[in-house]
Amino acid sequence: MGVEFVQLSLTPLLIGILAAIACALPGNFLILRRQALIGDAISHVVLPGIVVAFLLTGVISTWPMLLGAAGAAVVAVVLIEAIRRVGRIEPGAAMGVVFTSLFAAGVLLLEQSDTSGVHLDVEHALYGNLESLIWFSAEGWGSLTDPAALAALPPELFRMAAAAVLIGLLTVVFWRPLKLSTFDEGFAGAVGIPTAALSLGLVITAAVAAVAAFDAVGSIIVIAMFICPPAAARLMTNRLEIQVLWSVAFATLSAVLGYVLAGYGPLWLGADNAVSAAGMIATVSGLILALACLFAPHRARIGAPRGA
Amino acid sequence: MPSLLLDALLLQAGYNAALVALGAALLGMAAGSGGTFLFLRKRALVSDAVAHATLPGVGIAFIVMVVFGGDGRNLPGLLLGSAVSASLGLLAVQWIASRTRLAEDAAIGAVLSVFFGFGIVLLTIIQTMSSGYQAGLESFLLGSTAGMLFQDAVVIALGGALAVAFVLLLRRPMTLVAFDAGFATASGINVRRMDLAMMGLVMAVTVIGLKLVGLILVVAMLIIPPVTARLWTERTDRVLLIAGAVGGFSGYLGAALSASAPNLPTGPIIVLVSFALFLLSLLFAPGRGVLAALVRHRRFQLRVHRRQGLLALAHGEAIFDPLTLTVLRRERLIRQDAVATEEGRALAAKTLRDEKRWALARQVYQDEAVSGSYDGLTPIESVLTRDEIAEIDRRLGPPAPVA
Amino acid sequence: MNNAALELASEAGERVFRPAPTDSPLAMQELTVSYGEKPAVFSIDATVPAESMTAIIGPNGAGKSTLLKAALGIVPRLSGRVMVFGAPLAQVMHRIAYVPQRASVDWDFPTRVIDVVLMGLYRELGLLHLVRHHHRERAIACLERVGMADFADRQIGQLSGGQQQRVFLARALAQNAELYLLDEPFAGVDAATEKAIIDVLKSLKAEKRTVVCVHHDLATVTDYFDHVLLINVRKIAEGPVATTFTAENLQKTYGGRLATAHIDQLKLPAA
Repeated sequence: MGVEFVQLSLTPLLIGILAAIACALPGNFLILRRQALIGDAISHVVLPGIVVAFLLTGVISTWPMLLGAAGAAVVAVVLIEAIRRVGRIEPGAAMGVVFTSLFAAGVLLLEQSDTSGVHLDVEHALYGNLESLIWFSAEGWGSLTDPAALAALPPELFRMAAAAVLIGLLTVVFWRPLKLSTFDEGFAGAVGIPTAALSLGLVITAAVAAVAAFDAVGSIIVIAMFICPPAAARLMTNRLEIQVLWSVAFATLSAVLGYVLAGYGPLWLGADNAVSAAGMIATVSGLILALACLFAPHRARIGAPRGA
Repeated sequence: MPSLLLDALLLQAGYNAALVALGAALLGMAAGSGGTFLFLRKRALVSDAVAHATLPGVGIAFIVMVVFGGDGRNLPGLLLGSAVSASLGLLAVQWIASRTRLAEDAAIGAVLSVFFGFGIVLLTIIQTMSSGYQAGLESFLLGSTAGMLFQDAVVIALGGALAVAFVLLLRRPMTLVAFDAGFATASGINVRRMDLAMMGLVMAVTVIGLKLVGLILVVAMLIIPPVTARLWTERTDRVLLIAGAVGGFSGYLGAALSASAPNLPTGPIIVLVSFALFLLSLLFAPGRGVLAALVRHRRFQLRVHRRQGLLALAHGEAIFDPLTLTVLRRERLIRQDAVATEEGRALAAKTLRDEKRWALARQVYQDEAVSGSYDGLTPIESVLTRDEIAEIDRRLGPPAPVA
Repeated sequence: MNNAALELASEAGERVFRPAPTDSPLAMQELTVSYGEKPAVFSIDATVPAESMTAIIGPNGAGKSTLLKAALGIVPRLSGRVMVFGAPLAQVMHRIAYVPQRASVDWDFPTRVIDVVLMGLYRELGLLHLVRHHHRERAIACLERVGMADFADRQIGQLSGGQQQRVFLARALAQNAELYLLDEPFAGVDAATEKAIIDVLKSLKAEKRTVVCVHHDLATVTDYFDHVLLINVRKIAEGPVATTFTAENLQKTYGGRLATAHIDQLKLPAA
């Protein structure tokens, strides 16, 4: 746990933890709103959003990427709603149409455009590259106090940290209306909460989380971070406040365990090469969910099923 | 390039390309019609979980085949592995949704992302397994027909044909189950078995489509054609037919386009072709299209306001809704100062007459067909016969003019 | 007519012919709502008298709930307008409490009874105010009024249907409103709950508040309510129970769906 750890593992680990938490927070509400697959849809459309932003600006930088991804998420949600209402198509199918098509457009644009100069290719977009986000100029734990070394931290870390803090703040500030409108949308409307705007805000927040986590884990594995920790947390408690805390804990655990297993697991088994950290984080979060499904105290449904 | 495209369209771009195009067309037909059942059962996105869950199977099959000294890239072997892990994914979705308090959407999302993540772990293991193997398993993510082996093309074409045959064989019981599972059970169809067959079909389409469209986008072939077809018709058998046609056409055109130029990956092109068909349908379809809906809604709103306005005139009440005033003014039923014109008074009297006929009719004919149509807009002539109306008029007495 | 109504009218640039009733807690004028191409309610005029207990009655699919939701602005209206205490809805939202249908929410939601009642204090608490002791006290007091104080810390999924309904009523009580709009408060509840709810509603009326219920049980109308609005997409009749809740009007409202024999068994107001 010396120089090598600080140089190669510290920043990816931190980015992984922050990404997992930033996604798990909105994920709690998406799951309770039966919108888990909106998370699925959003993470797919982040790709075309980023590619279009890149084609327009010619650079890969934070703001165009964020705007592109948030724009793509809004376009996707509007399209899904339009198809659902006008075409009277059930929401699942409407979602399926929209996100696969936008994703296909993103892949095609990416293949057609010259991205050789930048850090953007199809595989990277699909499952990220957490391992590459290393702190090159660190020389040990002491570098944490060295301004020159700190300045050379990968920018992804700052971006991810800013996103996680922003999402944490938003969750706290809008906690009450979010909880109220998630539980009872009609009542929320009747006390003057702008439920439609809040709903869209949640989707955009999820898109911000997805785009910030995109570098680290790509667009598919992000779905695991949206869904698995909150889903497992739901089975641990019957109070939303506590559920959110559990989801943060599970997200952190998945990130740490996943990263360590990916980086060091193969070495313990005698192989020389690490495996995909993002993939391993998703796998671990899945295992946690599986354990929660088998043993968590509040895993079973109580009361009447929905709609009865 | 146009000549290349023409060649590809006419199956002149080489034996492989021709086989691939045919295979894509067959697969598209099977996916479109097979997806219809899934869509009608409102479970379209289950296919998303199934598709992503194939990845670890591909990885494990590759590893197993290499360990046993075979060629890891053997397509049937890889497809078998993908089918096994897709089944596990499907079981996991069903288990989570039925045994825990989590809803199916959360189960789908969890399974698809976790299986995919684990598949990526396996791919990174394979990449480092032995330097001799350039596995190229990444092509399963987004599909690739470049450099496809002849026998792979044969597998796709054959598989597509088999899937189409399967749909043709089982279309009747499956349609029944999709439409009304309860009735299907009563008519002696084993719904569980049909659901299983449906999922088997979905799995088959997914697995065959892996090489062609890739596991992330194959779900689009199952979802987009049925949704497109649904916009055009209200009849199940036609949805099936149109979805098959849309799927087949997209598969064929997509594969041909992709073969005609570099950097046109098959999967995204096929998906975008079917999405283009979908968009056209969404805009222009007669019943559920956007344009038709806009026109209809506006017309309906104007009808409501016109009727309300006429009733207000008949009752001598003031009108304050600006749209109602506009509608009446435009038809010259009222003057600029909102006073009724000659014509307006006549029409108002007629409307009032209709209202009174309705009120009496609802007391006389106490059945659903009459009372249920009393929504303020349905003309009474469309519900009662002329004789019945005459009888009502007799009871109502002579019409009173509106002052 | 008060200023707000005048302003609204002059904004629309129209001469106002008919003044909106200023004293009514809830007045609907030519209210039409449609889902798709079929009107759910058509051109309904209704004026709820102040300090009354009003029942909205009609067969299934008659648009009762839709009417309530349109009055609250939860579903968009196609035409017409709604005045609450003589003012447009947005200005007087805080004077209305709403009890949605019990089945409209997911009772598996991870929260406790007390948290649901505290939702009634949303306007007071806003985004960031902490829930203080006196807020909690008030929520408990509301639970006491519906006989549910012992359940404050229960998970809502553990409640029976009747208990869920009482919790919803407690939440509306916490809103401390002047106009109470309830959507089928007696649907699928046990006899004890029905009694508890009607007692609370009657005490609200005694406190000079106005109660409007979507109601489906014709047998209890005369006992519970003093004003009725009979609708079946159109308005059939409106007025005091004594003069309006008649066999003839019911026949008009329900058409063939209500057998004459059934009407005979009803406790109708003495003519």
